[in-house]
Amino acid sequence: MSLYSHRRRVDVVAKAMCWAGTLFGLAWLVLILGALIYEGARGLTPAVFTEMTPPPGATGGLLNAIAGSLVMTVIGVVVGTPLGMLAGTYMAEYGRYSKLSMVVRFINDILLSAPSIVIGLFVYTVVVARVGHFSGIAGALALAVLVVPVVVRTTEDMLLLVPGPLREAAAALGLPRSHMLLRVAYRAAKSGIVTGVLLAVARVSGETAPLLFTSLNNQFWSTDLNAPLSSLPVVIFQFALSPYKDWQQLAWTGALLVTIAVLLLSITARALSSGGKHK
Amino acid sequence: MALFDFFFHNLTRSAAILVLLILGGVIFSLIYGSLPAIRAFGLGFLTTESWNPVTEKFGAVAPIYGTLVTSTIAMIIAVPLGLGIAIFLTELCPHALRRPIGVAIELLAGIPSIIYGIWGLFVLAPFLQQHVQPALISLTGDIPVLSSLFAGPPYGIGMLTAGFILAIMVLPFITSISRDVFDTVPPVLKEAASGVGCTTWEVMRYVVIPYTRVGVIGGVMLGLGRALGETMAVTFVIGNAHRVSSSLLAPGTTISATIANEFTEAVGDVYTSALIELGLILFVITFFVLAAARFMLMRIEQKSGA
Repeated sequence: MSLYSHRRRVDVVAKAMCWAGTLFGLAWLVLILGALIYEGARGLTPAVFTEMTPPPGATGGLLNAIAGSLVMTVIGVVVGTPLGMLAGTYMAEYGRYSKLSMVVRFINDILLSAPSIVIGLFVYTVVVARVGHFSGIAGALALAVLVVPVVVRTTEDMLLLVPGPLREAAAALGLPRSHMLLRVAYRAAKSGIVTGVLLAVARVSGETAPLLFTSLNNQFWSTDLNAPLSSLPVVIFQFALSPYKDWQQLAWTGALLVTIAVLLLSITARALSSGGKHK
Repeated sequence: MALFDFFFHNLTRSAAILVLLILGGVIFSLIYGSLPAIRAFGLGFLTTESWNPVTEKFGAVAPIYGTLVTSTIAMIIAVPLGLGIAIFLTELCPHALRRPIGVAIELLAGIPSIIYGIWGLFVLAPFLQQHVQPALISLTGDIPVLSSLFAGPPYGIGMLTAGFILAIMVLPFITSISRDVFDTVPPVLKEAASGVGCTTWEVMRYVVIPYTRVGVIGGVMLGLGRALGETMAVTFVIGNAHRVSSSLLAPGTTISATIANEFTEAVGDVYTSALIELGLILFVITFFVLAAARFMLMRIEQKSGA
């Protein structure tokens, strides 16, 4: 009987630890979001969206940083998405069982989790060191390199979910393979691919490390992509580590904006993909 | 039509090859960029602790040490916690709560690392400094080994804090992969174990975890890969001190924090190149960890027939 009660006790303790662990994990999410809202909302004034990043001691906003982030993210996604989709298409459709696909799948998974700072160094040596100065273009390229593996992965997964008979039906009607892909397979996999792109946007919009050595930062409004360009994450990094109170406040507000954007994107992506599953 | 077909086929194949070239480019550019440092220091780079921009003498021991120590702390905290949450989600959680809690844990992975950094610097580090670290110091003061691990003044920032934040950041990866591989266990195995009278814990301990061991290790290594390369969160709270200190409370540095902190201020080819060589070392370490993780996860996928 004592062995039995011992086993019961171990079971109860183990279950309790699992409950406690989960509550602990959830508590962090609440603590982080709580601190962000508490500290960030205080600085959330219209000036944040209409004024430039200030020198220490002056008032200002984050307009140039927000604009820079948007520009680089858009270019990064526009460059990275087609590339990722094409590579994913090859792996799912043309070379499903080929050696090349296996290797690319493996390498892509590595790139997916490779430290982003290394990607920053890569673009630095290839672009910045060649050209001789930091630039918005280099920042956008670094983000594009980070977008590619996410899109490759989801495109391949989603195309593999498209039922074979759909392809056969298209082929039976005499559609060439490329048309079958463009008109039938892509359409069937659309919501999944959009999810992948949203996840990629969510991932790169908070990226800081690769931008540090590629686009650097710019205190002023700039539309010149060939010059250093400001971005929210880099401004947060710089301002948070500064000793000035109003810079730190702007960093918190910027952090709140980035987090809201990223969480909205990933929640939308999730809703889209689960909507697709139930169909 | 046939021409377009041919063109499209080759276009997709070129894109696939380009993915390979990107990885090749990363490796090649890092090696090329670190050549001046490799020429200047040779293998001594890996065994020297001093990091002196003025005399241009650089060694990688302190950052490598910091990277390994912070990642180890992170894994010690995150692995049991992540497995516990995964067990909770697969076995204990009421069905209605399963999805929301799973999503909430995964949202932790979505929060950008710079957010963890600013939170760690302004919220977590002061809290640890005032409440946790003094207690740790006085509690372990008389115990031989532990007292040197938790020695020195409570700075708040340091390797323990960095490891702590890393643990929270890798937790969702370990949780979601463990949950996925737990789901590959055939229900009949669990039912059989329950049928002979196993408790829930015994089913997990003696059936589910052994069955999924390879996948769980793969998930843990994937988390480790993340922890090793994580940059911004660590940069905020590590203290950026180039020295090897036996105390976990002392400021230190990691490979990625060193690069992030010093790269734009680095003057001279050798300094820049030493930082790129650090990046190369980091990439080589994470490459092998991630490759091993993927290999193990591939094996468990084949086992489940997915």
